[in-house]
Amino acid sequence: VIATLLATATTTTTTAASHASSDTIAVPPIRWLAILPPIIMIGGAVVLLGVASLVRRPLRIAVSTVSTVAISGAALGIAIWQWTDVQDHGAHTYIANAVVMDGFSVFVTMLVAIAMLLSALVADGYLRREGVEGAEFHVLAMVSASGAMLMAMANDLIIVFLGLEILSIALYVLTAFNYRRAASGEAALKYFILGGFSSAIFVYGIALTYGATGSTNLTQISDFLSRNLVLSNGLLLAGLALLIVGFAFKVAAVPFHMWTPDVYQGAPSPVTGFMAAVAKAGAFAAMLRVLFSSFGVVTTDWRPILYGLAVLSLVLGAFVALRQRDVKRMLAYSSINHAGFILLGVVAGTTRGASAALYYLFAYMLMTIGSFAVVTVLGRLGDGDHDLSRYRGLAGRQPVLALAFAVLLLAQAGMPFTTGLWAKLQVVFAVVVAGYVPLGVIAMVTAVVAGYFYLRVAVLMYAGGGLGEPEGGAGGSAELSADTTMVAGGLIRAAEPVGAPAAGGSGDVAGDGWTSATPGAVSGAVSTLNEQILLEDEADATEVAGEDESDKASPLGAEPVPVLTSVAIGICTGVTVLFGVWPQPLIDFANHATLLFLPH
Amino acid sequence: MVHHSVPFLTLIVLIPAAGAGILGLLGLDRRLPREVPYAVALVASLATLGFAIAATVAMRVNDGGFQLVSNHDYTGTTLGVRWYLGVDGISIFLVLMTAILFPLAIILGRHRQNARVYLAWILLLEAAVMGSFVSLDLIVFFFMFELTLVPAYFIIAGWGHQRRAYAAIKFFLYTFLGSAFLLVGILALAFIHESQFGYLTFSLGDLMRTHLSSSTEILLFLAFTAAFAVKAPLFPLHTWSPDAYTEAPEEGSVLLAGVLAKIGTYGIIRFDLTLFPQATRTLAPLFLTLAVIGIIYGAIVACAQRDMKRLVAYSSLAQIGFIALGTIAISTQGLAGGVLLMVNHGLIVAALFILIGFLYQRRGTWQTGEMRGLQKAAPVLAGVFTVAMLASIGVPGLNGFVSEFLVLSGTFITHRWWAVVAVVGVIVAAVYLLWAYQQVFHGAPREADTKTHDLALLERCIMAPLIILIVFLGVYPKPVLDRINPSVQQLVAHVESSTGHAQPPVATKGVEGIK
Repeated sequence: VIATLLATATTTTTTAASHASSDTIAVPPIRWLAILPPIIMIGGAVVLLGVASLVRRPLRIAVSTVSTVAISGAALGIAIWQWTDVQDHGAHTYIANAVVMDGFSVFVTMLVAIAMLLSALVADGYLRREGVEGAEFHVLAMVSASGAMLMAMANDLIIVFLGLEILSIALYVLTAFNYRRAASGEAALKYFILGGFSSAIFVYGIALTYGATGSTNLTQISDFLSRNLVLSNGLLLAGLALLIVGFAFKVAAVPFHMWTPDVYQGAPSPVTGFMAAVAKAGAFAAMLRVLFSSFGVVTTDWRPILYGLAVLSLVLGAFVALRQRDVKRMLAYSSINHAGFILLGVVAGTTRGASAALYYLFAYMLMTIGSFAVVTVLGRLGDGDHDLSRYRGLAGRQPVLALAFAVLLLAQAGMPFTTGLWAKLQVVFAVVVAGYVPLGVIAMVTAVVAGYFYLRVAVLMYAGGGLGEPEGGAGGSAELSADTTMVAGGLIRAAEPVGAPAAGGSGDVAGDGWTSATPGAVSGAVSTLNEQILLEDEADATEVAGEDESDKASPLGAEPVPVLTSVAIGICTGVTVLFGVWPQPLIDFANHATLLFLPH
Repeated sequence: MVHHSVPFLTLIVLIPAAGAGILGLLGLDRRLPREVPYAVALVASLATLGFAIAATVAMRVNDGGFQLVSNHDYTGTTLGVRWYLGVDGISIFLVLMTAILFPLAIILGRHRQNARVYLAWILLLEAAVMGSFVSLDLIVFFFMFELTLVPAYFIIAGWGHQRRAYAAIKFFLYTFLGSAFLLVGILALAFIHESQFGYLTFSLGDLMRTHLSSSTEILLFLAFTAAFAVKAPLFPLHTWSPDAYTEAPEEGSVLLAGVLAKIGTYGIIRFDLTLFPQATRTLAPLFLTLAVIGIIYGAIVACAQRDMKRLVAYSSLAQIGFIALGTIAISTQGLAGGVLLMVNHGLIVAALFILIGFLYQRRGTWQTGEMRGLQKAAPVLAGVFTVAMLASIGVPGLNGFVSEFLVLSGTFITHRWWAVVAVVGVIVAAVYLLWAYQQVFHGAPREADTKTHDLALLERCIMAPLIILIVFLGVYPKPVLDRINPSVQQLVAHVESSTGHAQPPVATKGVEGIK
């Protein structure tokens, strides 16, 4: 019934618009509630910027943080209001069908608002540490977030593009934010040039689609395609392909991922977390809406392309991440793997797939912002210290931080009773139901590979010395000096009785004939991985042994965790575990959001 | 199915989990006395044991179906996952065995470095293992099955021996890879069920009714069995196990070999036989052959070991082969024997690993060549070791014999030649265990050997329940078999009705059936 009503409404408005266009530009009726969240975000950003430039001294960070938190909280509140409105009155398009307010858009709006709020908390500690004053960081982030919201609610390719550009341009600047690091500028330049290309390709896609269907409005494209059988569909397919390229670039799907490792590594860590969560959410939301509602008729045309993108992202993301020594780079490749997982939901092309993708985006947002918050803390002044060795023995120095990071990493790997596994479960189920069992198998196998590199960090945190230390609380852990930990670690190592005959060298992998004699891919893969682990372990042993006296002034002290950052990490970890143990609300919420998905 | 006022099974899963959570929170108090975490862990595991015993008592004896069921909505109708727990004669004794072994492991592990974290991992492992044994919803089972990996991994990687990092990662990757296939298999099965019945569920009882084409059934069977065969481990997917068992701390080995391995064989019985009876029968020759190879290969390799932990690890491989043999042969005796052997092997291998741990504490080694004539200095240790070893060989009067006999006679009825070959494994088992015993406890003691002191009182108390159970189950297995048999008969009847292929009458009627 709603669909018919909407169809009539659409035709009347279009005829009205075409009549009116001859003499004056008619201003369509505006439903303010539908566009209030991005208006609040962008308006708040402008006000904050205005205040910051009017006051005599640079704005204190606390002021920017508090206002950003308040503004995103307000946007979140409005989104909840929108949710009740959608529940009561159903989903509708507004403002000459340019935007849509449905469960889907509201869900993503909430997601983005929460991501902004958490990122503001993380950024607070970062900005204080780096001695940056002023409101620029928060202003840019809020503008970017409003772009992501706009993408989620767009019902017109032009609005999608508008959102995409608002999102991206602010992100380019944010990437370059740490101007003291050359890497930051380099990353921004790369991101900007490649992003500019992808935007151009996307616009060209819009133009071709317009040429093929006569409209940029998603509903009208869908109507056109369902009423007409396009026989020579070269133009349409070219347009569709270019749109997909534009989206794939933003969500970092292979082979359009080239920018991701450099940008994730180069950008300031809080920005990376924000970018990973918000850019993916916005781009995936728009992608789902464009592909499902406008091009739902030609699913058979786009599905193979996305199938390929998903397989490549899953495999490349997981395997290349294995070789990374830099944690931010590793997380960048892991984000490519996650993009592959979310693409499964898109490939499925069903309501179940869309709901699974939404759930995944929400779970990923929390996991990634939390992870990059830990990375931010451990990056120390200058935000340049992200080598894996930095994480060795973290559990001894900062047990609570290590535990939170371990939970977040294991959740990304898909540990049971975290949102991570529910998310993977749902997307894999969606593709299996859609009949793509091989894709589900590929995804799960890459999850195993990914599990290895997440665990490698967890191992370093827990196994690298320091285990003998009694664990302390977050507050107390800061008092643990590095020297005592290291010395204690060395003593434990020394005291450890040497048991096996193979004690001569821990590198004696082949000592066990059965391992090396057994053929099979798994065994081979395991032994190569093992050598790596052993090397690390050996290096670890020598390092700890040598560190007893030489490194009295060891820089590996406990990093102070700013209060707001620890709140953010706590929220991310807590929610990840809470909805993992008690999954019903979030699963139902994501499902509900997709049921109210317009236009269909 | 009978609903009960006390949610025994939920408590059995949640008490250890809560204990682990409390131990985690205790870390916030930095001046905590060392005894507190130990007390918390012990109380939690003993409470679990209490509820496990209560559950066993509360069960009705002649009922083969699921009892003490608790069935609640978990993820809502969107995903259809239910918190669906229940036990029958097959799982209750695994629950009981798990509940007995964990307190022992906690007592043994109380002096480890950073004991609070160590005990927290052990309790989390207990919760996950219990959850695996009682879940009747496939997704909840999968979650529990996967969850066992995390604490087991950290126990090996954090508190293991020399090559712990290698062993831990190998263990993790093998098992994780297996379960990746399991997950896809579960989802595919649920989808097929949904397309046939119009509603989404992961409950075992509903999924049983799914109609599967034979090729689909075989693919799903292989996907499920991949996970279980790695976990068990069955030959040729066992290569992680000697490393993991050897490098793990002693309590870790006890739990890995005694309890965790049983999740794999339990999975074969509970899910493969129930859901894919036809495929099990079709592929039985293949899997029986693998089981027999495992038995012979494990025994021969064990003969070549000079390292007692590796020796027990390979003997474990052979024993798991026996369990698989009895399970896949699908006869009433074989299956009952397989279930009983799971419990018995858990007790025996736990006793052996604990004793090896005692030797290691005294001598800092578990190489057979470095000890000689210990029975002079440590007669009680030697005596206890003898009992455990003889039980493992399968000497009549001890528990190993009962189950091995049932397995072999059951297999003989349905798959004669595999049973004939497997008997060789029993003989070789006597060879390697007696050799190892001879080297360590017989002969003229050297100086270090004479200084080896005997079992202390606490150590005797730890061994006592195991030895009592080993002897009791060897002499009088009837109470256990009485509870196992109805469930086993029900399962065999299900397999027979689904495959249309009955076991020979001798299996059910004894000598009468031959006439």
